[in-house]
Amino acid sequence: MADAATRHAQIEAAQEQPLPAATAPLRRWLDRRAWRDAMIGVPYLWLLLFFLVPFFIVLAISGGTAVVGLPPITWEDSFPYVTFDNYRFLAEDDLYWKGYLNSLRIAAISTMLCLLIGYPMALGIARSTGVWRHIMLMMVILPFWTSFLLRIYAWMGMLGNNGVLNNFLMLTGIVSSPIRMMHTEFAVYVGIVYSYLPFMVLPLFANLEKLDFTLNEAAMDLGSKPWQVFLDVTLPLSVPGIVAGAMLVFIPATGEYVIPALLGAADSPMIGRVLADEFFLNRDWPVAASVAVALLLLLVVPIMIYSHLESRMASSNPS
Amino acid sequence: MNRRSKLLSMWLCFGFVFLYLPLVSLVIYSFNKSRLATLWGGFSTEWYVKLFANSQIIEAALLSIRIAAVSATLAMILGTMAGFALARFISFPGRTLFSGLVSAPLVMPEVITGLSLLFLFIMMEQAIGWPRGRGATTVTLAHITFSMSYVAVIVQSRLSSMDRSVEEAAMDLGSKPLRVLFDITLPIISPAMISGWLLAFTLSLDDLVITAFTTGPGANTLPLVVWSKVKLGVTPDVNALATIIIGVVATCVVIAGIILYRADRRRERDIQAAIAANQ
Amino acid sequence: MGNDIVAPFIKVDAVTKNFGDFTAVRDVTFDIQKGELFALLGGSGCGKTTLLRMLAGFEIPTKGRISIDGQDMTDLPPYERPVNMMFQSYALFPHMSVEKNVGYGLKHENLTSAERADRVRAMLDLVQLTPLARRKPHQLSGGQRQRVALARALAKQPKVLLLDEPLGALDRKLREHTQFEIMNIQEKTGITFIVVTHDQEEAMTLANRIAVMDKGAIRQIGTPTEIYEYPQSRFVADFIGSINQFEGSIASADGANVTVACTGFDSVIEVTHRGELRSGDKVAVAVRPEKIHITRKMPSPGQNRLSGKVLDLGYFGKDSLYRVKLSNGIVVRVNHVNARRGLESERVAQWADDVWLTFDPSSAILLKD
Repeated sequence: MADAATRHAQIEAAQEQPLPAATAPLRRWLDRRAWRDAMIGVPYLWLLLFFLVPFFIVLAISGGTAVVGLPPITWEDSFPYVTFDNYRFLAEDDLYWKGYLNSLRIAAISTMLCLLIGYPMALGIARSTGVWRHIMLMMVILPFWTSFLLRIYAWMGMLGNNGVLNNFLMLTGIVSSPIRMMHTEFAVYVGIVYSYLPFMVLPLFANLEKLDFTLNEAAMDLGSKPWQVFLDVTLPLSVPGIVAGAMLVFIPATGEYVIPALLGAADSPMIGRVLADEFFLNRDWPVAASVAVALLLLLVVPIMIYSHLESRMASSNPS
Repeated sequence: MNRRSKLLSMWLCFGFVFLYLPLVSLVIYSFNKSRLATLWGGFSTEWYVKLFANSQIIEAALLSIRIAAVSATLAMILGTMAGFALARFISFPGRTLFSGLVSAPLVMPEVITGLSLLFLFIMMEQAIGWPRGRGATTVTLAHITFSMSYVAVIVQSRLSSMDRSVEEAAMDLGSKPLRVLFDITLPIISPAMISGWLLAFTLSLDDLVITAFTTGPGANTLPLVVWSKVKLGVTPDVNALATIIIGVVATCVVIAGIILYRADRRRERDIQAAIAANQ
Repeated sequence: MGNDIVAPFIKVDAVTKNFGDFTAVRDVTFDIQKGELFALLGGSGCGKTTLLRMLAGFEIPTKGRISIDGQDMTDLPPYERPVNMMFQSYALFPHMSVEKNVGYGLKHENLTSAERADRVRAMLDLVQLTPLARRKPHQLSGGQRQRVALARALAKQPKVLLLDEPLGALDRKLREHTQFEIMNIQEKTGITFIVVTHDQEEAMTLANRIAVMDKGAIRQIGTPTEIYEYPQSRFVADFIGSINQFEGSIASADGANVTVACTGFDSVIEVTHRGELRSGDKVAVAVRPEKIHITRKMPSPGQNRLSGKVLDLGYFGKDSLYRVKLSNGIVVRVNHVNARRGLESERVAQWADDVWLTFDPSSAILLKD
């Protein structure tokens, strides 16, 4: 009895001992909030430093002027320390604003093509069952995991004057001399649609597979033929998937560099190529930076749409 | 009711032919004896031999793999943290901005990301002396930055769909939140983390544009080497390289697919057996 | 008087449905009259849902024909049948309002837009949802959603309405209310209803006739009373309500009543039975709990009487359920209506009491399979 009492008193005494005042808040933080703050803070800081800050640097550089030296920029000596000459230059020179329009046009058409080709594929896979569904999903993802560059390279082999397609066409007598397909806008469309197709199919599939098939049955029960059911039920409910896929194709396609460089024509380049040439060939950093800023401004609305959609989908839909 | 009409099935067929025809032609022509890669000159494996003798390509491949491994690992860690933050912490100051910063790299054109990162590295070097020059380090930093978004999205999605009651049960049984994280949550999301790692690895291995902007002398990655060759036109040793890559990837994807499918089927069978035993 | 035989409205003729190796519906034949409220009753996996889907057109029978109102429907797709279905999950279109949902099927009928609007309004009135016409499904309660589903299925005035487990998702109070609503609507519209359910109470209350199904086949068709009081097999007897079954063989089959020697019983049990039976035939004597009389007083001999001890007693207010262990070890369920008001001490029997159970020969059923 006595032992228990003394032990109890000892425990109580220990608990009442105050922590050293200075470390108390630290210890409290460590106990409860440290890991939570770290979990948020570390990636946040990383992204701020390596993603957000660079954009501001680009913005700053777009207000400078090119000089010889290291770094090859200089700014104005007096307020506002930046010049708008570069933007004026962009607006005046054909190459640039035509490049923007070109890029938007090509990206938009490619997105439509991806949608037209990819939607039925996604629907077909979503309607499949069992082993076949897994196999088909795998087959859609597989090209995505092989090298992007090499896949575009593959099309160089397919579309050249001595390429597979022309050989086939001449062999079967459909044409007598090779059709020029390389270094045309057609080749760029093929390249973009080919590379970005999985980016359209996968979000569409994720949306379509969650649709309740009994809704289709109900519509058929009420008299709608299959294609009407598609228009009335499936299509409206798949709009979030369509938008997600479209953003995933349109936004990066606008700034594409590799595809137009390898497959496209040199005289009407896409803006990604213009930017890269401006930087690597002309060594004009401020102009390159302003091209980037203008491109970003063009894309900011689609990017925000995508970001909003993505955060909603990721938090409500299981994957 | 046949859920998939004939039209859809045909379309699927054409779609897959479209996706795979170029890959198949790559593989076939890698065995082409003739140097004119599109004119068949007979079967030969000489390009594979030449490939393995090409030290530039081998070194570039090794460098790419090293960079990819490091960046994938760090991207996985950072991406998991970000995914966690977004899935579990409903409101904290600056959450909208954070959410935007995490999802933007998924769509951002690579030329913009590449250019801006390069400027950052130059400014950093001027200001604090690090990173010193451009090379493998800057490339790795760049790769981590854009890959972590992919991991974050995958992890966030998995966490949102997870049953929270197992975490609550663990806490009820006495584990502090940090313990619960390591004992319960991490194991459950580990498949998502692993697929995130694989995705980050592939993205890094394959990246051209951002690497081109952020690399420096001496740090030639495989895509850069291939790019310089490919700009000149079609060459069969690149075909050979492509075939090897396709082969490796296809094998891995098929194996992974089989493993996942079997695991799924086994789970379903177990559930059915439990139900039957109960009746 | 002309020819009084009314041709059946719905004819299901030797219908079989196989899914690969598995036979879901096995050679099923039955008729349904016009204006009936017909129930397909059975446990999960008995084939009732498959049969319903074949009537709706979502499955095609492997063998057999289905005809509705004289027209062969076996191969017709669902959008060409004069049949509408109320789905178990309601299947309301989430992107359409209540109005649009209800009016969806009407665009295939030849109606002017004014007529369409009138029909929608009439339907909403019928199910009392008029004030909610503009709402979307996710803004409605479970019971409200069900009424939308019902209104939508009735809007086209189909010849047949199929209901898949209509009361399954509702709580008790709502279930009762909805049961009567369904019966009222059916009487008002005169449409032939076919209900699929696993809940025998639901089937008994709603239906004019019930088909009890098991493992793809129909075991018995009849009115609720026929099924309950005159089951034709052990399965049906056991499936509906509860019943006591004693195995035995016929002792003598002459005379108005048959006597059965049951295993474990000293004296024979007398059962009123019409039909072909011979002494020695193996049968089961089945008696429903409410048909057995329980008393502490020893009854006079010459009637079916069993002695035992009260094992368990469940008091439900309006009645009490006794489990009585007979001297031969068999436990018998007895349901006693508490017709007389009184306290526990005044009950007809208490725990561990010695009691006598008696029942009328006409209360017992003889079952062969």
